[in-house]
Amino acid sequence: MSSLLTPFEYEYMLKAIVVSGLIGGVCAFLSCFITLKGWSLMGDALSHAVVPGVSLAWLLGLPFSVGAFVAGILAALSMGWVKNHSRLREDAVIGVVFTSFFALGLLLLSLFPSNLNLRTIIFGNILAISDPDILQVLIISALSILVLSLKWRDLLLYCFDESHARSLGLNTRFLHFLLLALLSATAVAALQTVGACLVVAMLVTPGATAYLLTDRFGKMLVIATVTGVVCGVVGAYVSYFLNGSTGGCIVVLQTLVFLVALVLAPKHGLLAARTQRRAAAMS
Amino acid sequence: MHDTAPPLSIEVADVTVAYTNGHIALRDASFSLGAGTICALVGVNGSGKSTLFKAIMGFLRPAKGSVSIAGLTVEASRKRKLVAYVPQSEEVDWTFPVSVWDVVMMGRYGHMNFMRIPRAEDKRIAQECLERVGMADFKDRQIGELSGGQKKRVFLARALAQRGRIMLLDEPFTGVDVQTESAIIELLRALREEGHIILVSTHNLGSVPEFCDQVVLVNRTVLAFGPTEQVFTEDNLSRAFGGVLRQFHFEQSTIQEHDGRTVKLLTDDERPLVFGKDGHLEYTDRHGREKLVKEREKEVGE
Repeated sequence: MSSLLTPFEYEYMLKAIVVSGLIGGVCAFLSCFITLKGWSLMGDALSHAVVPGVSLAWLLGLPFSVGAFVAGILAALSMGWVKNHSRLREDAVIGVVFTSFFALGLLLLSLFPSNLNLRTIIFGNILAISDPDILQVLIISALSILVLSLKWRDLLLYCFDESHARSLGLNTRFLHFLLLALLSATAVAALQTVGACLVVAMLVTPGATAYLLTDRFGKMLVIATVTGVVCGVVGAYVSYFLNGSTGGCIVVLQTLVFLVALVLAPKHGLLAARTQRRAAAMS
Repeated sequence: MHDTAPPLSIEVADVTVAYTNGHIALRDASFSLGAGTICALVGVNGSGKSTLFKAIMGFLRPAKGSVSIAGLTVEASRKRKLVAYVPQSEEVDWTFPVSVWDVVMMGRYGHMNFMRIPRAEDKRIAQECLERVGMADFKDRQIGELSGGQKKRVFLARALAQRGRIMLLDEPFTGVDVQTESAIIELLRALREEGHIILVSTHNLGSVPEFCDQVVLVNRTVLAFGPTEQVFTEDNLSRAFGGVLRQFHFEQSTIQEHDGRTVKLLTDDERPLVFGKDGHLEYTDRHGREKLVKEREKEVGE
């Protein structure tokens, strides 16, 4: 019994568990909007595109999150610009832009080693997170939660029916940018926990899981956020015993929850679909 | 509030819309509508119907010309939420996790505060609008669980809840059953009595004379506009639809003397099914059906 509590005796483990839970929750909340808007690929792109910002921030002596955030926004703007001024499809544009940013980041990090090494940025290292970095994560999370709780209805309408939002006089350009900014900010916050490669899982999987489980947006937010927090906390906790990658543990856990929902979801699960098909065949 | 509002109108003056890729979707389009009308916007796909809608909603800035609504610019009219839009069913994500009630409530967003927390007034209006379209019993349903006609009515309720006095409806009868169609037409007539301007984009020619008192014919420009009986002529329609319109001349058809008079049907992309007076099928061409014609002649002993 006492061995189950050992992780809590180490300060670094406690910090890791709390921060993972927090980031997991914030990312999960946002993931509802990302999945409904169809921006999963965009989330993946932005989480990779923030990498050069980390290096540049170090060179300029700024907090890493500022640089990463700016790089993310720049990447999003470049994607928008290239898409509007070329005949390319969106997926091609995203593919070209984010790999360019990521490659630039790799190059910069290899030329100018910073306090965060390449491994940490790509794979995350929550166990070694420094107090200033925790502060950055806290600020980003608090801001994201504040903005989301004030503006979630507008964002929901924007995701559901952009034309209607515009006809009501909502500033859809602003909402578009706001969602992009939130996406970049949370991607930056999640960078240290799970790394650039797995950030997209945190930003998509909980929303996707919740989407399978409910037809109500309010419930979807609750289910996703709870899943995100629980997976963050439990994943970090379990990683102590497995002595494995924290980010890996968290995301594998999220995937397991997703798989359970995929099969067992009461209305939209695979089993439910099969039962319905059988019932249709019988009648 | 209605007393102080300026008289309702839509003025589209000399509007040319060009997209960024240089494609000119609409050239020198002009028409005007006054309060209390149901007007059909008729044209083939790609004729500029949706471009015209977007220009009226202010989503597209005309390269030339102007759109004014109730004497205001499009931007000012949007601030007053004058224009409500009912989208085509294809444009809506029906798997989105929102209920009928949520959708109708979205119509009230423009009237709510910064946080968009509904007041009792908003709830009352949403409920009233749902009742008006006969969907109050469905308010907790997820929108994907509705039939085509019910879906349409929910979005009509949203437009009503917005209190927009100009309504733009995009293909409102696609995928809608006949009963709902007449229910929607009843509702639109009632709104016309209340002084609304209702602009209906459609390529369903047959329904137009049924409920529209005015018509705007478009084909990359406004070809004609005015009262239905003046604009909806064979000549104008051929200009609007060109070769796209199928014509059935029943003088050469299997319709015979005992069917009374000869008829002509106009439709754009769907072939009409035609029955004679006794309820038997009629074909567009006598050729190859001489046997059938003879048999029918015998039936009535001609």
